[in-house]
Amino acid sequence: MARAVTTRRKILTTAVAWTIGLLIFFPIYWTILTSFKSEAQAINDPPLFFFFDWTLENYSVVQDRSDYMRFLWNSVILAGGSTIIGVLVGVPAAWSMAFVPSKRTKDILLWMLSTKMLPAVGVLYPISLLFVQFGLLDTRIGLIMVLMLINLPIIVWMLYTYFKEIPVDILEAARMDGASLRQEILFVLTPMAVPGIASTMLLNFILAWNEAFWTLNLTAANAGPLTAFIASYSSPEGLFFAKLSAASTMAIAPILILGWFSQKQLVRGLTFGAVK
Amino acid sequence: MYLKNRLFGATALAMIAATGVSAENLVIATVNNGDMIRMQGLTDDFTEKTGHTVEWVTLEENVLRQRVTTDITTKGGAFDIMTIGMYETPIWGANDWLVALDDLSADYDVDDILPAMRNGLSYDGTLYAAPFYGESSMVMYRTDLMAAAGLEMPESPTWDFIREAAAAMTDRDNDINGICLRGKAGWGEGGAFITVTANSFGARWFDEDWNAQFDQPEWKNALEFFVGMMAESGPPGYATNGFNENLSLFQQGKCGMWIDATVAASFVTNPNDSTVADSVGFALAPNTGLGKNANWLWAWALAIPAGTQKADAAKEFIEWATSKEYIELVAANEGWANVPPGARTSLYANPEYQKVPFAQKTLDSINAADPTNPTVKPVPYVGIQFVAIPEFAGIATEVSQEFSAVYAGQQSIDDALAKAQALTNDAMEAAGYR
Repeated sequence: MARAVTTRRKILTTAVAWTIGLLIFFPIYWTILTSFKSEAQAINDPPLFFFFDWTLENYSVVQDRSDYMRFLWNSVILAGGSTIIGVLVGVPAAWSMAFVPSKRTKDILLWMLSTKMLPAVGVLYPISLLFVQFGLLDTRIGLIMVLMLINLPIIVWMLYTYFKEIPVDILEAARMDGASLRQEILFVLTPMAVPGIASTMLLNFILAWNEAFWTLNLTAANAGPLTAFIASYSSPEGLFFAKLSAASTMAIAPILILGWFSQKQLVRGLTFGAVK
Repeated sequence: MYLKNRLFGATALAMIAATGVSAENLVIATVNNGDMIRMQGLTDDFTEKTGHTVEWVTLEENVLRQRVTTDITTKGGAFDIMTIGMYETPIWGANDWLVALDDLSADYDVDDILPAMRNGLSYDGTLYAAPFYGESSMVMYRTDLMAAAGLEMPESPTWDFIREAAAAMTDRDNDINGICLRGKAGWGEGGAFITVTANSFGARWFDEDWNAQFDQPEWKNALEFFVGMMAESGPPGYATNGFNENLSLFQQGKCGMWIDATVAASFVTNPNDSTVADSVGFALAPNTGLGKNANWLWAWALAIPAGTQKADAAKEFIEWATSKEYIELVAANEGWANVPPGARTSLYANPEYQKVPFAQKTLDSINAADPTNPTVKPVPYVGIQFVAIPEFAGIATEVSQEFSAVYAGQQSIDDALAKAQALTNDAMEAAGYR
């Protein structure tokens, strides 16, 4: 029987949730607010929360100085491309681990995850040399492969968790009906796992969009995404906080909107399998 | 607009035909600061004159350093021109990673480059990077607060005077700190500042045999003085303050004095950004009477990586960007206070530039810095706020973290110096210096 929740408890829970939510949102709010200040107002002490001369000048300067659309397009291509290829590779991998596990499946899953613990800078030179050797430096395809590979462990783990929830009997029934392996994955497994695949893709898209080590270190003038756009406004010798905030706001806006409209799928993706 | 574009294209084509050099597209890696951004805005002038086009890759200083280092060591060839500093230039020049700038045109007048900058950007007498702008460090102080304290800033103050003045100007009730200095960890942040301070106290990073010198009394004296003065008159939390944090404090009238890069002078005297623009004075960086002022020497310079296929066009760009004509172009567009400082002797002979309040002190500070003879005692290295060896950035970052922990009250000066001594000697031994 479900436990009764009192009104007082509901109010308390809501208040705590809102407080935590606002705390997490505050840096984003502050960035957006700062983007409408002058550089002098941006560093004002005490900080200016609302009552200041709002200006769009920073956005105008950023637009004049940088080709925002080129960076945005690169971000879309890199995040989208790495996500699609990642899922294409991840679905068969997760299928085999979920439905035909071997003795070592758990070890392989853990090993895959352990690669995420490797500091990226530790393999900067080998990857850079490979990129130079194969002419991939500052190309979208090179970065798509790198972003796909670094996020692949998460894709496989998430899909594996989803697939484990699907009754194996259904797949067996399909097999008995004469479905080939390709048909089984494409026409039986995938439609049932669409919500899981969608949330995996969303999360991977966000991770690839925000990736800021490889996208800065393997690009120059052509393939730089929005992370490179933001980095061009950061400076340890000079106050560019308002312009940096405008650039950051422009960079996070698309992903913020995407996240807003798909929050249900995202939450489901992140919590799936946590509660049985 | 259409006509303008046609004329622009025709001029570029005429230039290409006249020079016989095909038009190239140059990719330039650079840092984000006011002077560099200004240059990006004026690039059309270069394209108009040469026909070459330019694509900029602007990055934050530390990201840029990592990016261009990776590119040059892996022969990536992603950039045709790199913005590098005095630390990298002699090391990369020695490794033949840069194209020597030994055949610049006569019109360029290479002898006009300030001698300190030319020496710092050369290896074995050959120039490997042309200074776009140069800087030293100096004292910037509030003339009104100094007068109210009944003190007068000497041209070349001692550290004792600075400490006395800082204490006199400190007004905690009104949120005024007598002095603001860098304490932030990082070899180019607080590490640079404490190194030049220690230089003026007679300390050095290494003796002639590359033994670390943090166990010597000069380092302890310097740190004790610094920590004591900052406790009396510095802002709270100075252990995390770097250039930008102090600039922000000074511009808001919360510092009596600030000792930092000479390029900051144009920021603190700019009435659009600074609330104290009309009451700022300048003096040479302090000393202890041992013959060394606590000032550094730095330049952001343009260099050509050896892997580029467009070295000739890249040289043309460097000649344009670091020329006397470029300075005049900036002056015509943005005023003399905004021209890139600290690179050319002729700039300081210009009567218009001499009217800029910080011009002479900037030149005096640069001239007072000697990277080949940076300390009171002899040293085996070149560099004032750094040691021009590849291992320095890693070692100094760790050492500065230990010192920042002292500023934050997390450990004692003795502990920090002992750790600095051990980690530096270990690293130098591993690198084969000892």
